[in-house]
Amino acid sequence: MNKANKPGYYGEWGGAFIPEVLYQTFCELNDAFRQAKADPAFWQQYVSLMGTYSCRPTPLTHAENLSRHFGGAQIYIKREDLNHTGAHKANNVMGQGLLVKRMGKTRVIAETGAGQHGVATATMAAKFGFACTIYMGEEDVQRQRPNVFWMEKLGATVVPVTSGSKTLKDAINEAFRDWVTRMDDTHYVMGTVCGPHPFPEMVAWFQSIIGREACGQIKQQFGRQPSRVYACVGGGSNAMGIFQGFLDNPAVELVGVEAGGKGLDSGMHASRLAARDGSAGVAQGYKTMFLQNSDGQMMDTHSVAAGLDYVGVSPILADLWQQKRVRFAAATDAEVMAALDLTMKKEGIIPALESAHAFVQAFKEAGEMGPDEAIIINMSGRGDKDIFTIAHAFDDPSWKEFIRKKGIAYGA
Amino acid sequence: MELSSHIKTALADRDRKILLMTHIVLGYPSLETNRQVIEQMVANGVDLIEMQIPFSEPMADGPVIVKANQEAIEHGITVRACLDFAREMTAAHPIPFLFMTYYNILFKFGVEKFFREAQEIGIKGFIIPDLPPEEGEEFFALSSEYDIAPILIFAPTSTPERMRELTRYSRGFVYCAARKGVTGRQTDFDEGFNAYLRTCRANTDLPLAVGFGISSREDVDYLTGKADIAVIGTRTIRLVEEQGAAAVGPFIAGLR
Ligand SMILES: Cc1ncc(COP(=O)(O)O)c(C=O)c1O
Repeated sequence: MNKANKPGYYGEWGGAFIPEVLYQTFCELNDAFRQAKADPAFWQQYVSLMGTYSCRPTPLTHAENLSRHFGGAQIYIKREDLNHTGAHKANNVMGQGLLVKRMGKTRVIAETGAGQHGVATATMAAKFGFACTIYMGEEDVQRQRPNVFWMEKLGATVVPVTSGSKTLKDAINEAFRDWVTRMDDTHYVMGTVCGPHPFPEMVAWFQSIIGREACGQIKQQFGRQPSRVYACVGGGSNAMGIFQGFLDNPAVELVGVEAGGKGLDSGMHASRLAARDGSAGVAQGYKTMFLQNSDGQMMDTHSVAAGLDYVGVSPILADLWQQKRVRFAAATDAEVMAALDLTMKKEGIIPALESAHAFVQAFKEAGEMGPDEAIIINMSGRGDKDIFTIAHAFDDPSWKEFIRKKGIAYGA
Repeated sequence: MELSSHIKTALADRDRKILLMTHIVLGYPSLETNRQVIEQMVANGVDLIEMQIPFSEPMADGPVIVKANQEAIEHGITVRACLDFAREMTAAHPIPFLFMTYYNILFKFGVEKFFREAQEIGIKGFIIPDLPPEEGEEFFALSSEYDIAPILIFAPTSTPERMRELTRYSRGFVYCAARKGVTGRQTDFDEGFNAYLRTCRANTDLPLAVGFGISSREDVDYLTGKADIAVIGTRTIRLVEEQGAAAVGPFIAGLR
């Protein structure tokens, strides 16, 4: 069936598979979003907010040491870590916050995996005066503890989700269950370019600010467009954000990097497109490639990076993958730790575990390219939130000693 | 017999003022228990049964049914086993059986293949809460072709125009969600609820089933005269958890 002309479809992917109780809410959301998108003043308001409350435009950093190290392409890093709250998630959240104000709602809810979207949403709620509840898989609550602390301190209620695999997809289900109960005063701030229409379009639109900036910055700094652009892909929002700056230029190769977990043959990964394990399905309100079994039951995914540990992927990216406009690769947990280590030592930059996936693939390819070429890595966020996971992975003795002493001090 | 005529006949012939539909999660706690529960339900006068094929992402369900879905899958229930079990039930019991599930189960199985097999089994209707008419082109075409009634859901947020739109796609009956939210919580039967049911009635000619939070004889009494079918979901699942399958018969017998 050709759905090309149906709103909310990207090729055969997307749609809005929503329960009837939300039909009216989605009508209103679609209207509000349409109006905002058509209103140049709204985008201006958004850009100005991001320039005063966050650090936009974020810099594009020439990673000279890494470029020299690999002896190939000039490596540039788009610094989404320098956003307020430390990740690209702030772009989407502040944009949706402005939309919530236009819609006159007073409460926001969100799912979060890595906790970055949760922290960003809690921050936005504090600034705009909204009540805020964040749903987070119990497993992610454990592995992203610092972000849980900050969300609570920012005034949000964090609800650990114990159903299913206790990760991002389950947090999304739970957020929907909240929304179907309280749609009158509540907006669901979807954190990535997934879920039912209009969310993929809306989140991609707010995140396009990354690509708009990067396109101009690389021209200014390098004089030309890059050969390749790399971004990690969980749901796909940071990737869509930067890719949109280059989609129109077929000379720029776009590379999405998924979580390879313990390896694509291990069954313990979250590679919907780079591995052969994904298949078309409909869940969480939209149609895309999911990691599911032959009955259509979603499988457990694995990644060291909570933000990439998800069964589905943006319908927009599924379409670009099918059209072969975006190439997909995967980075394993072990490769991610090595790339993180190298980036810290060479550049003094600490990428989030999610972002480090993009670095892995760029590092694999940079050496094969010429020094007259440039590549951009989208550094979606900073690694501070991952301190427990990274310290654990490095088996860091002095950190362990510190934790032990803290434990004793707290009478554990 | 087509589902809506079956319902109209049941309402008229047996002089029942309201019909009962119950909800089973297949494979929870086991197909064997499902078998016993269904037998008790039918023996005690249940008029229709919706059998939920478990899905790992039951977005429209509340904690009790979510847990039931999850455990059934963990215990190894498959779509194949659900279909085989359904075949056994339709052969064993004279009442209409429906499937309730989420769209991905049909989609992965092959939507047409699923309709074909459900028709063979003698399933009378489908309830798919995450498939709005806007996404159901293929589904609705096949439901006519295979004569399986698509049961659409009205919600308290549905406008009269939307109800009329949904009615164009629905057959058999309409499922009115008694309140916002997911399955499992109590519903307040207040004036707002009555007004909602009147709006439902005014905007469809199909029989009305009311579900979400119906759990007692008082609830069923309250609905009598206002709706055609009372849907008991979470309550019997809890009852089986707490007291076993044998408790279901007396519970159902006491509802009307
Ligand atoms: C720093 C960071 N990068 C990437 C992601 C993945 O999300 P997306 O693919 O939507 O950019 C997350 C999600 O939590 C994140 O926190």
